[in-house]
Amino acid sequence: MGATFETIVFGVLAMFIIVMSVLTVTTGRIVRSATYLLFVLLGTAGLYFLLGYTFLGSVQIMVYAGGVVVLYVFSILLTSGAGDKAQKARRSRLFAGLVTSVAGAALVLFITMTHHFVPATGNEIPVETGINNIGRMMIGSGKYEYILPFEAVSIFLLACIVGALLIARKR
Amino acid sequence: MMFAGIYGFFTRHNMLAMLISVELMLNATDINFAVFNRFLFPAMKEGYFFSLFSIAISAAETAIAIAIMINIYRNVRSIQTKDIEDMKW
Amino acid sequence: MSHRAAGLVGTLTLGAVAAMSYLTAFLYFTAPRLADGTFATLIPVNFEWLPFTSTLSIDMGVLLDPISVMMLIVISTVSLMVHIYSFGYMKGERGFQRYYSFLSLFSMSMLGLVLATNIFQMYVFWELVGVSSYLLIGFFYTRPAAIAASKKAFIVTRFADLGFLIGILVYSYYGGTFSFHPDSSMLMAGGAAMMPLALGLMFIGGAGKSAMFPLHIWLPDAMEGPTPVSALIHAATMVVAGVYLVARMFPLFIVYAPGVLHIVAYVGAFTAFFAASIACVQSDIKRVLAFSTISQIGFMMVALGVCTSLDPNLGGLGYMASMFHLFTHAMFKSLLFLCAGCIIEQVHSNEMSAMGGLRKYMPVTHIAFLIACLAISGIPPFSGFFSKDEILTASFNFSPIMGWVMAIIAGMTAFYMFRIYFGIFWGTENKELHEKLHPHENPLTMTIPLVILAGITCVAGFIPFGQFISSNGQAYHIDIELSTALTSIIIGVVSIALATFMYVRPTQPVADSLARKFKELYTAAYHRFYVDEVYQFITHRIIFGCISTPIAWIDRHIIDGLLNFSAWSAYATSDSIRSLQSGRVQQYAFVFLLGALALILLLIL
Repeated sequence: MGATFETIVFGVLAMFIIVMSVLTVTTGRIVRSATYLLFVLLGTAGLYFLLGYTFLGSVQIMVYAGGVVVLYVFSILLTSGAGDKAQKARRSRLFAGLVTSVAGAALVLFITMTHHFVPATGNEIPVETGINNIGRMMIGSGKYEYILPFEAVSIFLLACIVGALLIARKR
Repeated sequence: MMFAGIYGFFTRHNMLAMLISVELMLNATDINFAVFNRFLFPAMKEGYFFSLFSIAISAAETAIAIAIMINIYRNVRSIQTKDIEDMKW
Repeated sequence: MSHRAAGLVGTLTLGAVAAMSYLTAFLYFTAPRLADGTFATLIPVNFEWLPFTSTLSIDMGVLLDPISVMMLIVISTVSLMVHIYSFGYMKGERGFQRYYSFLSLFSMSMLGLVLATNIFQMYVFWELVGVSSYLLIGFFYTRPAAIAASKKAFIVTRFADLGFLIGILVYSYYGGTFSFHPDSSMLMAGGAAMMPLALGLMFIGGAGKSAMFPLHIWLPDAMEGPTPVSALIHAATMVVAGVYLVARMFPLFIVYAPGVLHIVAYVGAFTAFFAASIACVQSDIKRVLAFSTISQIGFMMVALGVCTSLDPNLGGLGYMASMFHLFTHAMFKSLLFLCAGCIIEQVHSNEMSAMGGLRKYMPVTHIAFLIACLAISGIPPFSGFFSKDEILTASFNFSPIMGWVMAIIAGMTAFYMFRIYFGIFWGTENKELHEKLHPHENPLTMTIPLVILAGITCVAGFIPFGQFISSNGQAYHIDIELSTALTSIIIGVVSIALATFMYVRPTQPVADSLARKFKELYTAAYHRFYVDEVYQFITHRIIFGCISTPIAWIDRHIIDGLLNFSAWSAYATSDSIRSLQSGRVQQYAFVFLLGALALILLLIL
């Protein structure tokens, strides 16, 4: 019962994400595109929650849905593209893009479906990692511990802040 | 989602829309990593942390990209792709 | 002052050269003879210049033997006279220094030619002489006629030199060496059969330089150059290079190619007759002298060609006669040209219509010209009589027909020379021109060479030439055979009398009526028997039209077209792939994706 309920929820979330992502890229107005992006990100967070990765899901909502989409909306308003309707792309371009995307999608789906995935041995139900464990792994320096990426990402963030400030400086 | 993002990257005229498509692509890969981790290697946490860091980095990269867009808007007064097609020579 | 310094330097240098050549000749000919009675062949310098194989190489060196020492004297004397004369003649001309430098270049080349130790060195200097001639004929390069003439001279002689070069190569291949004594073992092994071909080809080269028919066309046109140049190059030295070549190869001709030698004689005889007949009707005095030169060189070739053996007593007399005539002819022909230069300087024209009656104004020139005319006509005691007599003797020894033909040509020579003598100094005077120009005697720099050369012409006949030069090197005593001598004197005197009768008075009724009666012959001879037109036809219609034009078309359209096509295709290709670099990021990403998909396909298939 749990399994089928999981599957249904997964199916609903998946449909939601797919529809919303298609709408993101096909809508004419850009604010709507940002909104649909928000919904896609929320759907993804839902998927994470379904997988049992609550921390990941929370981070997704906080950073992506809360930070990035807000950033997009601000920048859309700053560049005053809010009211315009996007111009229709040339037929040939649309067609080429559509064909390539569909073909690519088909190819990748084909590979994915036909690949024989070896499921994990041991059918235990995975226990969710506690946040204190995550924290400990984040700053641990042993094998499978992530102090190095952590520090690297923090420096990267610093660089990005400085860079963004420099780029967008008022002359 | 990935191919929706690819389609959007090719077809959109507004550069911010292109960036939104890039976000879609990144998001898709994050899901991919998380799912593989969950179903193929449940005892490990590699994919989980990869997705975590990827989210962080995507956000940072988006910020930079938007800063550049703002700069372009200041100079060219437009963020349509057809207005930034001139190459140097 | 500086440009005259060039003339002084040139003249003084050549004076030194002349002094040294006289000294050389004196030492050479007074040194005791070798045991077999010949003069020693001295090679003071000979070094290997370009080796081809271990046995075949081109050397550069100096060869002294009787004919080269004689040529030394001839060349340096005439060149010195021309240098002194040019000081006055070319005074005030633009390019005075250039003129003297070219004269020196020419003297160097000619001396190198006669002193060559091997045939290839001779060829090198042969070409140098040709170049000097080109430069000097085209000296007045602003005149189109002069440029055309210099080109014609160079191209015709170069064309003949092609035969010369092939002859040299055949000779060296079958004879094993470039020197004048081929390897006897190689000759025995079969080379001897190719010797006639090699020597015949070499003669073709000599025929071009010496203006034998049909390669004579350049010499009359070469008179566009300054007159001293004509005196030096086209009377005394360069044009005898061909005769010298045959004399140099004479032992080989006698032993291996006597047939070719006979061909030489026939060509020489025909040329002599042809040129003499044209000279009888020309009105430009320099052209008359040019054709006279061609005719006299024909005499020299005939003298060489009628030899049948190396022993002068048995048939080799022609060798000595030819060299003797070369010597005396150089002297009196250059004298004639220098006198012509004096006359042209005074009346500013080459045509006889501007002259006439000049004996009153230019006595020294008159006497010098008269002496030279008497010499060329073969009147004793002038030098021309002695040398021409020897040639006639040799021709009569060969065959009576050849002897009589040459005697008749000698008569024609006397006739046309006295025709122009009377035309210049007696005959119809162009009074109005002379009133305007006041012709007078030229300055000393121009008259002293005339006097010197006239003096040489008077005494050169008495040189015992046979003591120094003969076909086998032994001393040969020249005795004048009375019958031949009398025949030639009588023919000469009769021709002179005829010319006097026709041309000495102020009007020439006999000459004009003869010209009217034989109108076609007269016109043909006046136009030099249309040989130039034949050449023009062959070159323009046949060679240019049928051969050069298609080749030029192929070059311009096919070969250039090929290159143009490759350039165009590169351009078209790059134009078509230019759109890949469009500046549109989305297009780049599209291509990127396509590539990635293609790779994936490749990997799974």
